[in-house]
Amino acid sequence: MHYHPESLIVDISARAQMARIQVLKMIYAGQTGHLGGALSCAEILAALFFHHLRLDPQRPDWPDRDRLLFSKGHACAMLYTMMAYRGYFPVEELMSFRRLDSRLQGHPDRLKLPGIEVAAGPLGHGVAIGAGMCLAAKMDPRARAKPSAFAAPSAQASPWKVYTVLGDGELNAGVIWEGVMTAAKYRLGNLTAIVDYNGIQQTGATADVMPTEPIADKWAAFNWHVQEIDGHNVGEILGALDRADEVHARPSVIIARTTKGKGVSYMEYDHRWHGAPPNQAQYEQALAELEEGLKPWQK
Amino acid sequence: MAEMISMRIAYGKALVELGRTHPDVVVLSADVANSDHSYMFGDAYPDRFFNVGIAEQSLVDVAAGLAFSGKVPFANTFAFLFATRALEMVRSHLCYGGAHVKLMGAYGGLSDSFDGPTHHSITDVAIMRALPNMTIVVPSDPVTLTKLLPQVADWSGPVYMRLNRNEVPVLYGDDCAPVLGQAIVAREGRDVTLIGSGIMVSRCLAAAGELAAGGIQARVLDLHTIKPLDEETVLAACRETGAIVTAEEHSIVGGLGGAVAELVADRHPVPVKRVGLADRFAETGPYADLLDRYGMAAADIVKAAQAALAAKERVG
Repeated sequence: MHYHPESLIVDISARAQMARIQVLKMIYAGQTGHLGGALSCAEILAALFFHHLRLDPQRPDWPDRDRLLFSKGHACAMLYTMMAYRGYFPVEELMSFRRLDSRLQGHPDRLKLPGIEVAAGPLGHGVAIGAGMCLAAKMDPRARAKPSAFAAPSAQASPWKVYTVLGDGELNAGVIWEGVMTAAKYRLGNLTAIVDYNGIQQTGATADVMPTEPIADKWAAFNWHVQEIDGHNVGEILGALDRADEVHARPSVIIARTTKGKGVSYMEYDHRWHGAPPNQAQYEQALAELEEGLKPWQK
Repeated sequence: MAEMISMRIAYGKALVELGRTHPDVVVLSADVANSDHSYMFGDAYPDRFFNVGIAEQSLVDVAAGLAFSGKVPFANTFAFLFATRALEMVRSHLCYGGAHVKLMGAYGGLSDSFDGPTHHSITDVAIMRALPNMTIVVPSDPVTLTKLLPQVADWSGPVYMRLNRNEVPVLYGDDCAPVLGQAIVAREGRDVTLIGSGIMVSRCLAAAGELAAGGIQARVLDLHTIKPLDEETVLAACRETGAIVTAEEHSIVGGLGGAVAELVADRHPVPVKRVGLADRFAETGPYADLLDRYGMAAADIVKAAQAALAAKERVG
């Protein structure tokens, strides 16, 4: 596990909060999009894009890039924002979200927007597709070369890694668990799933709609390495990603406990903000609250 | 009597040969490899063979992940499962997302006859045909199967290949050179055209023989690629013979007959009669008996040809 300086944590936390403001503006301007689950995964995506993932925005098809499969595709306003911030495309393009002729489709389209690894929206695909990618990575001749005595095992285990961001509601889908079993069978240590566990899905609390607890026990029972963290704490996210990379013999899951609608008081914990845009008064309040939330990171 | 060869054994052999010529080909199975004979590839190349268990949705998704990472995955399970249980994966990641996965639909049509309607696949072609960017291949015999398989691997985009379980007549010699996307003229004729796919090509040829005995010269097209449709060859048949019969081991709704009827209605209207399973499920029984019982006998094709000819004369 690497040391993460406070300055890095502050930088990523600030970017996450700025991205929340951006996402609010996009969804308000277009009056369409999914706010709640976008706001909950800001720190997870910021930590991946601004520190953990090995990527090159100038070469989105670089064969040795790490793959990010954003399985909870409805929250893609946050994914697009992080990609723009990271340099995949101009930030101004973000305001074309969900408009005619835009590359920023209502749900991600891998053929329209370079850097999108997989179409998402219909839920449940991240783990199984990620498992396929991890199998391919492990077939790479470099993954089979015997590591030198001095190289870290992780450097040889896989030429690149796969990370998939899942929603907790998404765990209702059976194909998630099919993929979970396949990843465990083939000991895909190069696969890490991060569950944005915000506790809310479209029509209510996950605990009511389809109870998933004890969620950590479930993944552990499927022979995954399990960590539970505060999904808004960037230091914990970075640490958990490092630890997941150090597990080579089995896949890893990070249960990131988050708040749906994070940062906007009236949206937090309220399923009605899963897919509804705010009106003007709601927008102005949300903007003020999110800007207030940025201040601690700007001092 | 033509030599009979098992299509699934022919498939297993062709797959092993494909593995030799195509190092990027990997094979996935949903735990029916000893049924569809993809196990032969697993025996030959164990590091390139993955059994994901009885999990067809994951089968297609894992294959998509391999395809996105530069492999050429051949996913194997029963035909009806691709077209029903795993359909959303097929649509979202193969057809929309562009994963070059090759779906090998085993036990197509009624060929898993004794397992009954739960295992028959009578709507798969219609379902797959409705998906943008999908290519559909239904080989008629072991020769075309063996020669089309490498073309399927090289084809840019997803492919659904529907395979027969059983021994089928060998229709072609080694000189046959089928090309994906191009119908084979299996028999020449000027009076009516019989367009078949899969096992029904052999029954079209039998029907053409019977019609010839009555003085009717029927052209037979082996339409092994149902999508993209070889429009040129079908429209030439409309112009030159003026009457069309389609024959498929599939519901008459939306499959080969539907594809041909749509094209003919749009571009060159002539009488079209569709032979296939009337919009219903079949039952358990011996394969050839089921085909006969459910409207896919050579005699049914003959009758359809006579009806098409009568309609042509009324129009003409």
